[in-house]
Amino acid sequence: MQDLSNADCIVIQGSNMAECHPVAYQWVMEARLKGARVIHIDPRFTRTSATADKHIPIRAGSDVVLLGALINHIISNELYFKEYVVAYTNAATLVSPEFQDTEDLDGLFSGYDDEKGSYKQDTWAYASADGEGDESPGTIGGPAAVHEHGQTESERSAGEQHGSGGPALEHARVLRDETLQDPNTVFQILKRHYSRYTPEMVADACGISVDDFHYLAEAVTENSGRERTTAFVYAVGWTQHTLGAQFIRTAAIVQLLLGNMGRPGGGIMALRGHASIQGSTDIPTLYNLLPGYLAMPVAGLHDTWEAYLGAIANKEQKGFWANADTYAVSLLKAWWGKAATAENNWRFDYLPRLSGAHGTYQTTMAMLDGEVEGYFLLGQNPAVGSAHGRMQRRAMSHLKWLVVRDFNMIESATFWKDGPEIVSGELVTEDIETEVFFLPAAAHTEKSGSFTQTQRMLQWHHQAVQPPGDCQSELQFFYELGRRVRELLADSTDERDRPLLDLTWDYPTDGHGEPDAEAVLAEINGRHLTGDKAGQPLSSYTEMKADGSTEGGCWIYTGVYADGVNHAANRKPGREQDLTALEWGWAWPANRRILYNRASADPDGKPWSERKKYVWWDEEQGRWTGHDVPDFVPDKAPTYRPEPGTGGPAGLAGDDPFVMQADGKGWLFTPKGMLDGPLPTHYEPQESPVRNPLYGQQSNPARKVFPRKDNLWSPSGGERGSEVYPFVFTTYRLTEHHTAGGMSRWLPYLAELQPEFFCEVSPELAAERGLENGGWATIVSARTAIEARVLVTERMTPLVVGGHTIHQVGLPYHWGVGKEALVSGDAANDLLGVALDPNVQIQESKAGSCDIVAGRRPQGEALLRLVEEYQSRAGSTVMTGNVLVTPPEEESR
Amino acid sequence: MDPKQTFLSWPVVRQVRSGDFLGRGPSVTSKRTRELTPRTVTADRVVQSVCPYCAVGCGQRVFVKDERVVQIEGDPDSPVSRGRLCPKGSASEQLVNSPGRQRKALYRRPGAADWEPIELSKAVEMIAQRFVDTRRRTWQDHDEHGRPLRRTMAIASLGGATLDNEENYLIKKLFTAAGAIQIENQARI
Repeated sequence: MQDLSNADCIVIQGSNMAECHPVAYQWVMEARLKGARVIHIDPRFTRTSATADKHIPIRAGSDVVLLGALINHIISNELYFKEYVVAYTNAATLVSPEFQDTEDLDGLFSGYDDEKGSYKQDTWAYASADGEGDESPGTIGGPAAVHEHGQTESERSAGEQHGSGGPALEHARVLRDETLQDPNTVFQILKRHYSRYTPEMVADACGISVDDFHYLAEAVTENSGRERTTAFVYAVGWTQHTLGAQFIRTAAIVQLLLGNMGRPGGGIMALRGHASIQGSTDIPTLYNLLPGYLAMPVAGLHDTWEAYLGAIANKEQKGFWANADTYAVSLLKAWWGKAATAENNWRFDYLPRLSGAHGTYQTTMAMLDGEVEGYFLLGQNPAVGSAHGRMQRRAMSHLKWLVVRDFNMIESATFWKDGPEIVSGELVTEDIETEVFFLPAAAHTEKSGSFTQTQRMLQWHHQAVQPPGDCQSELQFFYELGRRVRELLADSTDERDRPLLDLTWDYPTDGHGEPDAEAVLAEINGRHLTGDKAGQPLSSYTEMKADGSTEGGCWIYTGVYADGVNHAANRKPGREQDLTALEWGWAWPANRRILYNRASADPDGKPWSERKKYVWWDEEQGRWTGHDVPDFVPDKAPTYRPEPGTGGPAGLAGDDPFVMQADGKGWLFTPKGMLDGPLPTHYEPQESPVRNPLYGQQSNPARKVFPRKDNLWSPSGGERGSEVYPFVFTTYRLTEHHTAGGMSRWLPYLAELQPEFFCEVSPELAAERGLENGGWATIVSARTAIEARVLVTERMTPLVVGGHTIHQVGLPYHWGVGKEALVSGDAANDLLGVALDPNVQIQESKAGSCDIVAGRRPQGEALLRLVEEYQSRAGSTVMTGNVLVTPPEEESR
Repeated sequence: MDPKQTFLSWPVVRQVRSGDFLGRGPSVTSKRTRELTPRTVTADRVVQSVCPYCAVGCGQRVFVKDERVVQIEGDPDSPVSRGRLCPKGSASEQLVNSPGRQRKALYRRPGAADWEPIELSKAVEMIAQRFVDTRRRTWQDHDEHGRPLRRTMAIASLGGATLDNEENYLIKKLFTAAGAIQIENQARI
């Protein structure tokens, strides 16, 4: 975070950092005081814009056009950092001649499977020399060489497994043309792909003037290179789209071309919204992952241990993922202890298998179908916070039992008595057969444990007091639940109960029954099981073994408990350290603060410049050194070159800084892993009043859609009926509230500061619709209608896009309908439908279509009739918006 | 005039005597103000903590008196936050002490119009029974091709991004061993 103050230019896009992450924003201000240029690109003018050098309003969902034009500008004006690009990225690597670009196929890449609605990615692979007599093991890939179909990858949300590195490749032996001239080089493909992303296209698609584009392009390119660095900052304004992962990829390409990755004041900063949302991804309470970004096994793909090992890592690929077998075996040993042996493949058979996408939205729909009986809500309020609140609440009414663990009586705990569907008469309390348990939770001051903040840093919080009344930590609740479940099954002879009964489930507790969180952290860190170090904590994941002699619950966290010391609790004051502050908390991996920091030195290991010195090769000591923990094998010289075909970490050359990538390079082009294309491509949101100006293909052809009567969409881009929902809405957060309000709408201070739901509209839109400042407005989408107070403000700018004026409506999403919070109101997320990004299964909540009219919404059944009347006027059917590939007749319209 | 007041207590004289020329400092404090002590000074102990709201991870100092949290302030030692907190972080004393906070376990029977109290231990026992029962009845051993599944699709969970790493670890470990796979959190939204 502090490193932002080293930047010479900061672009904040898809984030309102000053209001949503205000304390981190001090580092942006610090940079600005030192002369850095700060640019805010966002649909709304906010306090971030007010403190930036420039605010550039953008149409929600058009970011790839803007960033793609930046890539085009950088390449065509030769403004890229040539030495960095050639040495450290895959620019020079040759791609298979079978690859076809969206320029060739009008918005599709080669490999699209019409039936499955997803890509087969084999034509995106790197070209390989199939020369005879090459015996290098890299030539043939083992099981990982099999290209998995994009459909199954999407279902298991495989994109997310790259949370700590790139996917396995078939081989490490690639063809390169360092002159970058071969038409099959990544560089030339990139150049062609973005050739039509021009400043004029930006004006037409994003509503950003050519002058503003040039301002941005100059700021970014003039502040990059040997002497200077630019940082990008984003939040859910980028992720919550049907091509969210590609928004971030576009920024990654810009940053790699400009040589800003792995360097001080560079990189791409993700600002996340919950205290340990990074931790809950690393140690995932997510369906598709095991700790440390290991894949959950999938039926049909990973039926055997051998198949699983082959798929998660290939010993012949370069980099540290080649050792994934040691991480997986150590995890299984941590969970099943003595029961996990080499003979039984470490009890791999104990793991349950996926057979499709089992994300939160699919689970919600499964509830509606009566397939889910029990549901635990652990500090999350889907009735307000998830997309399509109405679907969420109706789904929960189908449960047999529901356990809500929270501080406050959130709307998800009371939907059965005071939810909007009770008010409208759609649901009747007495008919809801769901049994509900409300169990109060302990606060962060009432338990010890670690949060992982947004930059991968674990920080320990110490228990200050005992929790009041029945309040309990999740640690205690789940330990106790596990204990009782095991007791109930203790006499079972059923083989299916063995994984529970063999589970290592014995932690020391204090006098109040609270398990020792540090003992759990020690298990996560891992320990030696045999030899003279038996029982001692591991100090690095490189000590993990695949022979059962080590255990460890999350390999990327190994080292946090090195030498038996809880390094997450390290607290040397910042003022007594340099800016990197390595002795405060502990960042994974290996307490590294900037990833891939080998790239902060040139190929010879010397800093690119004195001004941007960070990590470098110390010739005399024969080691890497610097201000951070070097992200490299400590004594591997810059001149080191592996024998051809060497796999694993040893396969990386002394100038391959991207050590978690299968080829050691930063990927401009992703030969594998991105399910909706190897290069980010502009597609319109699922709902958009605008026709895609670049391709016949309107929206992401690999997006995940759910054609259902309770999930209708507005027609898009000039289709008949699209005028019924003519405006764009976007949701956002305020400083004084936290997400769905469970931790803020019950607090008197915060409730008083932001008491009521409102919408932001421009004076022009207010005039057009007769909206009065402070009055009421009804906002209607194809899912429902909600009401909000009107805030007429010039912070909203009408944009001219495709020759039409586009109005955007801003909606903070913190409020919900219920009787328990200090402040309540309609929930903005009720307007949303469910359409997902294929890589990570995240919904599109940052751009949708709506109408807005003056006055309050109708109540009861009249509300349902209003929504139906709009749907019928628009002609929305279950297929509207849900045809993945745009038919040719619509393209020509 | 109060007989105890003298020439020396005249405002302008007070200002000059205390060097408070602008009249905003000690010369204008009331007796009550002078007698007040910050809760942070009288606290029995100070515990280092981390803000529970967003993922910036600002340092907090938790002030405890008589085994109760009396104040939460920014931790100046933190290299990330340097003592600052935002409005939410500054309000976190209310998060833990809010009168609206639920402190008792509650139970709603199927079809009931309202909550009823329940013993915590009884609630946990009932949940454990339902967990075992649902799991047994909905178990899927193999798919239609005979490939192993070893799971139940009838138990799901949501939430984790506000919890500790150690808690997420136990949640994932227990549910995975039980064969429940629909485990999700805020990272998906």
